[in-house]
Amino acid sequence: MARILSDMAYARSGDKGPNVNVGIVFEREEDYLKAVDFLTSSVVKSYFGDMVKGDVVRYELPNLNSLNFILNDSLEGGGSETLINDAQGKTFGQAILMMKVDF
Amino acid sequence: MKSIRIANGQGFWGDSIDAPVNLINYGKIDYLTLDYLAEVTMSIMQRQKKKDPENGGYATDFVKLIDSTIHEILKNNIKIIANAGGVNPIACKRELLKIAKKNNIDLKIAIVSGDDIYGSINSIIEDGHTLDNLYTGESIHSIIDNIYSANVYIDSFSVADALSLGADIVLCGRISDPGLVVAPCIHEFGWPRDDYDRLASATVAGHIVECGAQCTGGNFSKWMDVEGFDDIGYPIAVVNEDGSFKIEKPEGTGGVINKFTVSEQILYELGNPKKYISPDVCVDFTSFLLDDSGNNSVGVSGVKGFPPTETFKVSVSYFDGYKASGQLTISGPNAVAKAEKSAEIIWKKMDNLGISFDKKSTEFLGLSSCHKSLAVMPDVVNEVVLRLGVKSFDKSAVSRFTKEIAPLITAGPPGVTGFAEGRPRVREVVSYWPALIDKKIIKTKADV
Repeated sequence: MARILSDMAYARSGDKGPNVNVGIVFEREEDYLKAVDFLTSSVVKSYFGDMVKGDVVRYELPNLNSLNFILNDSLEGGGSETLINDAQGKTFGQAILMMKVDF
Repeated sequence: MKSIRIANGQGFWGDSIDAPVNLINYGKIDYLTLDYLAEVTMSIMQRQKKKDPENGGYATDFVKLIDSTIHEILKNNIKIIANAGGVNPIACKRELLKIAKKNNIDLKIAIVSGDDIYGSINSIIEDGHTLDNLYTGESIHSIIDNIYSANVYIDSFSVADALSLGADIVLCGRISDPGLVVAPCIHEFGWPRDDYDRLASATVAGHIVECGAQCTGGNFSKWMDVEGFDDIGYPIAVVNEDGSFKIEKPEGTGGVINKFTVSEQILYELGNPKKYISPDVCVDFTSFLLDDSGNNSVGVSGVKGFPPTETFKVSVSYFDGYKASGQLTISGPNAVAKAEKSAEIIWKKMDNLGISFDKKSTEFLGLSSCHKSLAVMPDVVNEVVLRLGVKSFDKSAVSRFTKEIAPLITAGPPGVTGFAEGRPRVREVVSYWPALIDKKIIKTKADV
């Protein structure tokens, strides 16, 4: 059944220098376990497209049914140097919640 | 088992001015921690200190807060720990002492120092401490002539020392954000430096509350389920002597605390969860469990820690050119096409003048500024905000850009408005250079 991530998960993002972290918290363990298989760093990298210039690293937090993604080089410099509206990557979490998933 | 109640009333400089007042008046807290410093904040304070070396460079909101609440703070026996000192804690203390004198109160204010290495950074580098950029690996020599500040994220033990001196208010510059919570635990419970699990647990507590309402329903994905945003309660960590803790908020306040609001905040600005590095300890964020009571209270236990690293993190700020951003609202038929045309006109005019920039940005707010090509395009766009930005080391080029936006209202496509604020300001860019430094060369101390 096709769903979007916001049907099953919560997300929050923020900046780490020029990089962004996106944390995704799944409501139920079964969805977390499916996401561990489905939501690889390459799937996330290709989903974000031109929002993410660098590579994507994934970490697992099974105790919180959560995944943490580091999106490298995503803020066109970041900090006070960047010119972009979302200078601190606050909106990347909401972006990933719109992702269609097939589980 | 002994426990202490540590509240956070300020997640960043510019956060709610009512939140700390409400916590002070609520009263059932032992410590109030206030985090006024984001990475970007240090550069703002540095610019203020540059303008006024004697008086600028600390969180002025903090002084106003103490001025208006000093009697309630003392009556409710609340100790305050704040990183409000910024890059000029002495100036901040001076203002606080004026308040004490005005009210005929004997106020003990401690300053924790040692974080500010600006004065010795050249000799530190000459001694072979490379301070290479933590993200890019670049040598600091590329920015060494433009440095405005250099501060070390120091450990929590010197802050605990300040509390042991009997301070009513502890004023820090750069300490780690979670350290504001770890320090009173060390002071109250006497945890030694190698008590890694308990230090790690307090660090998790500090991490959860450090952004204020972000763990009590603020910025929460299921925002539609949150009631009382207008009166949102700021968090209180109730930390037990064994390190376990609960996250709560004052009764009757708005917002919500559940395992998901807390989990979202645990993940906020997190790197490798297996090794969260603080100056005091390394923390395994995969080690613990949450216990959601269902009553706006979430418990955390089982946190595992291990020895800290040999280095502190350093935050260096430096002059990095000038920038400006300006915007126009474009409405009506073909709003997007008109916005694109407007951007094209402005950039063409800059080209005609022979002006180029190190960086330019063209964004369409309401359409795609946040999510770029991910954003789903609507069939009809009623209006869009065009936002243009430039960065350059040539101030006159940036200044020239700011004068080219308003003319579009009469000299470009129709339906352009939204320029009531006047020309954009040219702002100095103060960038941030993260690095690591050997702990052995940093000496911290607390003075009353």
